[in-house]
Amino acid sequence: MAARVLVGVKRVIDYAVKVRVKPDNTGVVTDGVKHSMNPFCEIAVEEAVKLKEKQLVKEVVAVSCGPQQVQETIRTALAMGADRGIHVEVSGKDYDALGPLQVSKIMAALAKKEEANLIILGKQAIDDDCNQTGQMTAALLDWPQGTFASEVVLEGDKLKVVREVDGGLETVKLDMPAVVTADLRLNTPRYATLPNIMKAKKKKISVVKPGDLGVDVASRLEVLRVEEPPQRKAGVKVETVEDLVSKLKEGGRI
Amino acid sequence: MFKAVKQVHFRHLSGLIRRFQSTLVVAEHDNDKLTPITLNAITAAKKLGGEVTCLVAGTNCAKVAEELTKVQGVKKVLVAQHDAYKGLLPEELTPLVLASQQQFKFTHICAGASAFGKNLLPRIAAKLDVAPVSDIIEVKSPDTFVRTVYAGNALSTVKCNESVKVFTVRGTSFEAAPLEGGSAAKEEAPPSAAVGVSQWLEQNLSKSDRPELTSAKVVVSGGRGLKSGENFKLLYDLADKMNAAVGASRAAVDAGFVPNDLQVGQTGKIVAPELYIAVGISGAIQHLAGMKDSKTIVAINKDPEAPIFQVADYGLVADLFKAVPEMTALLSK
Repeated sequence: MAARVLVGVKRVIDYAVKVRVKPDNTGVVTDGVKHSMNPFCEIAVEEAVKLKEKQLVKEVVAVSCGPQQVQETIRTALAMGADRGIHVEVSGKDYDALGPLQVSKIMAALAKKEEANLIILGKQAIDDDCNQTGQMTAALLDWPQGTFASEVVLEGDKLKVVREVDGGLETVKLDMPAVVTADLRLNTPRYATLPNIMKAKKKKISVVKPGDLGVDVASRLEVLRVEEPPQRKAGVKVETVEDLVSKLKEGGRI
Repeated sequence: MFKAVKQVHFRHLSGLIRRFQSTLVVAEHDNDKLTPITLNAITAAKKLGGEVTCLVAGTNCAKVAEELTKVQGVKKVLVAQHDAYKGLLPEELTPLVLASQQQFKFTHICAGASAFGKNLLPRIAAKLDVAPVSDIIEVKSPDTFVRTVYAGNALSTVKCNESVKVFTVRGTSFEAAPLEGGSAAKEEAPPSAAVGVSQWLEQNLSKSDRPELTSAKVVVSGGRGLKSGENFKLLYDLADKMNAAVGASRAAVDAGFVPNDLQVGQTGKIVAPELYIAVGISGAIQHLAGMKDSKTIVAINKDPEAPIFQVADYGLVADLFKAVPEMTALLSK
């Protein structure tokens, strides 16, 4: 039985929000914008909680790195069924520069400290779209990785993972401990009910600093500029299928 | 005067550095054919200005290695054939790439931003203790790259000050390198011991006679508006007339109309065909991220307010169940 699962959760701008680039081109506007848990992280939490409900896992620990507000994201994970939370406090300039390399170092250090034997993360955050943290965490721990998982089966000390790859699906078997990253079709995350949200308030969130874990958060990646992508020119409405086909023929597209 | 001398010196030095760029492209293949995105990655690698080396690992590499030696711009092909590379597991390939890196001291390591590249490259980067750069769409200089963030709604220019730059390349943003005109030398890659913590069991690939989604010139995509998997036949018929690939929105995949590997979007495939026909797709941010760099976009949707019309070059407000068969019939003439 896997003793402990670490689940990484990230607070990001809500997926339905149309982001705006700052006029000074240093980033996107985040102040006063609705934030929520990264959708892929929700799926990761759901999977961890499901494993616990199947009694294949003893404890689910939700981890988030960032400023004070990420505690709300951890609370959401607790309301979904995680047992306790760890808030790795990073703020100000350090938080602006916090990337997958630093987060994976933090996750790897926590995995050792907490004696976890499974880490579940989302496959990517919908803000930086990096798709790196899970792979890097696995590398730092020298654990195998089951990325883009659409099915996870715990079989004793092995993990069978069905992965979503370009041509279809692929199945791999990993030795535990391991790192898994969740794809969209792994499960449908549950909604936290009001009683569970109330209960989550009593669950413990411990706060640590990257330095306590021996992690240096300095970054050697520098964002020089963030800008709007080129806008497409407005198109035309055609009345009939004939019109459409002839326009495409004129344009040499068919 | 001293300053001037210093500047000249610097210019000379940066010229030297530029000349000594060397890039390793990790080739993706299925033991029989090179995956096309590798050719796009080679073009991106050439833009760095240095020597380009390709690494082919697998259980059967001869054919692919031969193919690579002829690709224009490739200087050297490293070959690593071993049963341990079955399924191209990242746990096994990472030590191999690290051993190659140890020997040749590349300044850049890259691969296409496919499921293969995204799985492998970050693992290599972490082992080198460097921050990788994902899915680049432009090379500004050997250390400065452009990539998209927030589902393609912002472009981020990043300067990578790492000793080794590890990155994945968006295939649709770079031309494919020509498959001829090259004359690379073949060499055996330095050996690495099998790790054995993971095992490849099986693959279930969706079979199709149509062109591959990410490299097709024309893509016909369906969304929730198709209402069922059977109705996708309308799109297949249209696609066959145009030699097009068929794609889908997340809604169509989640509803079980088509398998997930057809999904176009932020979390699926990124396509940039000459013609993209969106049928019964509303045009959520997530979907647009996967197709808005298409040269011409056509939307067929009965809802005139659908956001897809804001990016479509040609929009037809109509019932797809009438319009699509009509279009197929017109193209059959």
